[in-house]
Amino acid sequence: MESPAISVESLSKRYMLGHVRHDTLRDQLAHRTRGLLKALGGRGGSLATEEFWALRDVNFSVAPGEVLGVIGRNGAGKSTLLKILSRITEPTHGTIRIRGRVSSLLEVGTGFHPELTGRDNIFLNGAILGMPRDEIRRKFDAIVAFAEVEQFIDTPVKRYSSGMYIRLAFAVAAHMEPEILIVDEVLAVGDAAFQQKCLGKMSEASRSGRTILFVSHNINAVRSLTTRCLYLKRGHLEFAGPTAEAIDLYTRNLRSDRTASSGQHATIVRAALVDAAGMETPTFPGGDHAFVRMMVETDGNPLASVEATLTDLSGTALGLYSPGHFSGWRLPAKPGLYEVTLKIRMPHLATGNYGFDLCTTLHGSGPDHYLADGLVFASESRVNHPAPWELRKEYNAGHFVLDEGVPSVTPIPGPAGDHTP
Amino acid sequence: MNEGPEITIVAGRSEAHYWRDLWRYRELLGFLAWRDVKVRYKQAVLGAGWAVIQPLVQTMLLTFVFGKLAKMPNGTIPYPLLVLAGLLPWQLFASAFSGAGGSLVSNSNLISKVYFPRLIVPLSSLAVAVVDMMIPLALTLPFAAVYGVFPTWRLLVLPVFILGALVIAFGAGLWITALTVQYRDFRFIAPFILQIGIFITPVGFRTDNLPRWQTILSLNPLTGMIQGFRWCILGGGMELSEQSLLMSCGAGLLLVITGLWYFRGTERRFADII
Repeated sequence: MESPAISVESLSKRYMLGHVRHDTLRDQLAHRTRGLLKALGGRGGSLATEEFWALRDVNFSVAPGEVLGVIGRNGAGKSTLLKILSRITEPTHGTIRIRGRVSSLLEVGTGFHPELTGRDNIFLNGAILGMPRDEIRRKFDAIVAFAEVEQFIDTPVKRYSSGMYIRLAFAVAAHMEPEILIVDEVLAVGDAAFQQKCLGKMSEASRSGRTILFVSHNINAVRSLTTRCLYLKRGHLEFAGPTAEAIDLYTRNLRSDRTASSGQHATIVRAALVDAAGMETPTFPGGDHAFVRMMVETDGNPLASVEATLTDLSGTALGLYSPGHFSGWRLPAKPGLYEVTLKIRMPHLATGNYGFDLCTTLHGSGPDHYLADGLVFASESRVNHPAPWELRKEYNAGHFVLDEGVPSVTPIPGPAGDHTP
Repeated sequence: MNEGPEITIVAGRSEAHYWRDLWRYRELLGFLAWRDVKVRYKQAVLGAGWAVIQPLVQTMLLTFVFGKLAKMPNGTIPYPLLVLAGLLPWQLFASAFSGAGGSLVSNSNLISKVYFPRLIVPLSSLAVAVVDMMIPLALTLPFAAVYGVFPTWRLLVLPVFILGALVIAFGAGLWITALTVQYRDFRFIAPFILQIGIFITPVGFRTDNLPRWQTILSLNPLTGMIQGFRWCILGGGMELSEQSLLMSCGAGLLLVITGLWYFRGTERRFADII
């Protein structure tokens, strides 16, 4: 068997948080003095340090040419893992072996200097990304052509439009030809076209046999591009194996992973997605009603209400349901436990996974108890079509279908082509 | 395409690659230096003009204060020339020191996004200091000729002293830049050091006529370098003090060695705290 492109053994990364960081000398001196006084006072003097393990004992290996997905919630350690693999930060424990040049699409545009011309920046950026000068010179024309900035190549990039800037930056990164490519879609700039370009570059790279690590919140993209996945949860490697199983585990976890905290006045004790018959369901077809059934405990505050925010899996808010704002609705003003069912008419959502963030609110003072990532469901839009419309995946055309109606046509009187009155 | 290198990352043990990597990234060193120089002269409207105006004004001021008001002895050398030849290494030091000192923070976008040996950043910032010095240096020679002082073979030794001043500035800069990442206070401390430095360094006066103070002044590592510059540029009438030279070399080496030690010790955490 071929030796792995990346092998990671008992990798851990610890960050020190909170009170131990002293950015100014004064803080540090004060801290030291306090420690000294404590020690003199005989109270042990152990200084409060808060550790945070971004990664804990992670083991995996990646075969050459493999496309590996990395999934997990925000803060699960995905970015830390990538930073360690690209050697920006060092691990606290563990060993990593990497065969081949690593480059990552999160470095796009790193080191671009606004005062320098496009030409200068190509060389500078190339050198920063680790390309030898000869290689940059050889690829120079291809990079300029790819970025479509031939006319402006001797103009300082501060005069570029943001589109040109991104194109040029991306062109340099795309011509890196590393053996190992890291694609972090989570951190990539929100521009959809740009993300699409990243994905395009990625499948091209995978066809030419490169090893790829793909980090994304876009479950569909992970499903279609990777065969094996790492699922990280709070710094631990929860699962490593076939993509389908990893995604299944991940979405199931998202669903059950309730925030344990409570609100000051009204707390969501339980919540579930149900169909019209009151049965729990993981899918809502587009255009139908979605029902969110929740158990809410209130202290009787007359301003308390509930809200639901429709989100995609990266956490981007797509829509708001707020009976408090829209209709002046409130929870009962008598303390107690209530079952509240929200009936939300769904748009024809683009096929994919979505979620509801729920919260109780006090009118005029914002959320009281917030539940994020709690409820995940799949949706499909089949407007007059036997198969679901792959609006987002195939056409990159947004989150939902606008209207199923057909245009109306009225003839304009007069001879055809003659518009004079 | 050639087979990529195999890299092993072991917690707490990056030493092995470091110096090899530094060599491998030498092109980046060149590019960063080139960028700094290019950007510096692009942004300023007067461009290279500043490199001329600044030492001229300083020369006039220091000549007035030390030569006219304090009436410091100048030997056989015209006072403005004495000051100008002292200002060259001082400016070289000041610009290299503040450049290296601020280099990590001003390149933080690179440090938090890509890997390369971080030592490249302060190293590349030295280039600007050298380029900055070339212009006033080129002006000094005709200026000296006006006063009847002509270059001798000694001018050929000047690069040694340029290197010496750079080494001292680099060592001190390493300390400051690594400390600045951790404690932002040092951003204010570096200019403070320079403000004081110009007075406790023999920039506006010469030391060989002050036997009482010579020992104390030679504790300053820059004293030897400034004497060296004057010895090279001003020809006869200047003596080199072995004591100052030895002090300069010793202090310079000590600064660089301890600076490297501290920089390397904190380097692995730069990306986490910058």
